[in-house]
Amino acid sequence: MHPIVRKAQLSPNVTRLVVEAPRIAEIRQPGQFVIVRRGPGAERIPLTIADVDRAAGTITLVIQAIGKSTHELTSLAVGDAITDIAGPLGNPTKLLEAGHAVCVGGGVGTAVVYPIAQALAERGVKVTSIIGGRSKEWVICEDELRACGDVIVCTDDGSYGRHGFVTEALKDLCEAGGIDEVFAVGPVPMMRACSELTRPYAIHTTVSLNSIMIDGTGMCGGCRVAIDGKSQYACVDGPEFDGHKVDFRQLADRLTTYREFEQAALEAWQTSHAEAH
Amino acid sequence: MSDLSLSGRAAEHPEPLPKKERMKIDRGSMPEQDAMARARNFAEVNLGYSEQLAIIEADRCLQCPKPYCIAGCPVAVNIPNFIRLLGDGNIKAAADSLLGDNALPCVTGRVCPQETQCEQVCLRAKTGKPVAIGYLERFVADWAINHGDVFEAAHPAPSGKKVAIVGSGPAGLTAAGELTKRGHAVTIFEAFHAAGGVLIYGIPEFRLPKDIVQKEVDRLVADGVEIRPNQIIGKTYTLPELREQFDAIFVAVGAGLPVFMDVPGENLKGVYSANEYLTRVNLMGAYNPDSATPILHGKRVAVVGGGNVAMDSVRTARRLGAAESVCVYRRSRDELPARGEEVHHAEQEGIRFEFLTAPVEVLGDEKGWVSGLKCIRMELGEPDASGRRRPVEIPGSEFVFPCDMVVVAIGTKSNPLLTSTSPDLRVNKWGYIEIDDNLQTSMDGVFAGGDIVRGAATVILAMGDGKKAARNIDAYLRGELPAPVPTAGVTAAH
Repeated sequence: MHPIVRKAQLSPNVTRLVVEAPRIAEIRQPGQFVIVRRGPGAERIPLTIADVDRAAGTITLVIQAIGKSTHELTSLAVGDAITDIAGPLGNPTKLLEAGHAVCVGGGVGTAVVYPIAQALAERGVKVTSIIGGRSKEWVICEDELRACGDVIVCTDDGSYGRHGFVTEALKDLCEAGGIDEVFAVGPVPMMRACSELTRPYAIHTTVSLNSIMIDGTGMCGGCRVAIDGKSQYACVDGPEFDGHKVDFRQLADRLTTYREFEQAALEAWQTSHAEAH
Repeated sequence: MSDLSLSGRAAEHPEPLPKKERMKIDRGSMPEQDAMARARNFAEVNLGYSEQLAIIEADRCLQCPKPYCIAGCPVAVNIPNFIRLLGDGNIKAAADSLLGDNALPCVTGRVCPQETQCEQVCLRAKTGKPVAIGYLERFVADWAINHGDVFEAAHPAPSGKKVAIVGSGPAGLTAAGELTKRGHAVTIFEAFHAAGGVLIYGIPEFRLPKDIVQKEVDRLVADGVEIRPNQIIGKTYTLPELREQFDAIFVAVGAGLPVFMDVPGENLKGVYSANEYLTRVNLMGAYNPDSATPILHGKRVAVVGGGNVAMDSVRTARRLGAAESVCVYRRSRDELPARGEEVHHAEQEGIRFEFLTAPVEVLGDEKGWVSGLKCIRMELGEPDASGRRRPVEIPGSEFVFPCDMVVVAIGTKSNPLLTSTSPDLRVNKWGYIEIDDNLQTSMDGVFAGGDIVRGAATVILAMGDGKKAARNIDAYLRGELPAPVPTAGVTAAH
């Protein structure tokens, strides 16, 4: 069992849970994830480890409530426990040794790009972060990323920071030059747009893929994505890949496999949740 | 207990039946759920012998002075002994005998390919039907599970030695039982959230009910085995890290990665590996409509492959509502590797077989969903390395099977998670762990067995490895492990 020791609401639908998991906290490297199963009968879902506190033996999970399972997780309170957490899974981020890295985060992806920015800054790489949201209240992890370097905040409605999409800010940085690598994590259309944008500049672009998976150990093959036309598993070959080689169209399509089921499950959960309150 | 002594032959014929009388008894058929009804539910197909049927069947055993059946069993169960005790009406003694030889008899009584093992070499098979050894094993094992209170827990003297087992499938559970009996403290590391390995994620409810597996696991836990779920060795801990904390290790992680067909369209929505399909349905409980885990309900389903996993998949799809669920196999019926009873049951349930047929492409609609499986007809050519006649394409014979779901059940390959983080662990060119005759790997005190050594094999062969490994680990811990004969050990079946 993994008790929740702290909880915070980061945006209208993004929640941060700090959870006891001493062994995972001890050995986790940036870029890795865990498989979480809330309790008996619950789904197994992959979540990136946003941060760890080795001394306290905790890991930080940042969860966007979109379906029934994520709503259930974000409904847990401090003192509640998650039954199963397995990991750390996936390959650690390949960090560059020096130079200038741009870390782009969209929505909950900002929490995934944060540990990468943190690790880069620790080894002396110059980090510029570009993060975005629909409006001010949807922007997360800004303070954490400011501790790693410059931050450009973009909002779709211009309510905070720069008006527009993260890709526009990224384009300006690419034009200015001097970027050694881009890390982009967020919704599939955002990662695709970032990868397309950096391609003509020949800037290596790493994306982190969150495809559908069960075990996280390579056993089910459900998370397969086409990389340069060949199937690879996000769980054991990734989760990070060269964005210029990812078939984003197929990835986005595969992510819709259970959309009908997920919507029905969410509606049923919301109904029963409303009744319970 | 009291009614047992009154049942069967024991009450009427206190003396053993003469051979001539035994030969007159016909093999009792297994009561089973009606085929049409069960094709739509997940309840177990075989209902099990009644006590009366079991005791009559037990009397068919000739009690051969040289019983071939024991040699035919990968874990060398003393078959005539437990059958004799059962025939005498002493089910408790029969169960003690069986459990002494086999840690998971409820499982093997259901999923072993008896027709190619113990029953194949049964003397009675020469002139008729073999003794139904599997059915009798199941009867005795289920009786034991349901009468747990009459068995005294064994408390062997603690050896003071700690053994780690990696993987809680049939090999790992068997080894755990054997090592505990010898007084060693056993910890099983399991990657999933629940124990049982392929017995819970792979083999479906209708063939092996999950509560039966759970009871077998519970029995081991009651005997002192510690099970640690969510521990991925190679990630959470590496094998060398584990080796520092334990006196010996048994690696039984299974085969792992699914093999795909490598044909166009394989990433369309509606194409599953059998691993994913069965894990969703079994371990994650998607056979239950209330499950939190989604599963696609194909209406016309093609399952590619001819092994037990293919049979499990094609029959699962039928139960989840497929009007047509078809097994596509590139060789002919004679080469089907699946257990005979499963093929028979599948046919009864309305499963169609497309033999000598190989997929060449998965076709999709404009929304990325599977719309058909393009196949080509095959004919059998010259025998290949496996001794089976190699299937050869018939040019121009392509056709399309319209379907909305495809399950790929053509095998697995080794999972590198554990081996790639164990630099001193030697593997062969397919990534399977190399072992010597003692089942010891290139790392001192680290033994291995089951599919991660053999490639995809059977539950009972994995259990045989678990039993042998446990004995050798016991010898190793006492400093009595003989030096291996310097020849190659078990190698992958590829």
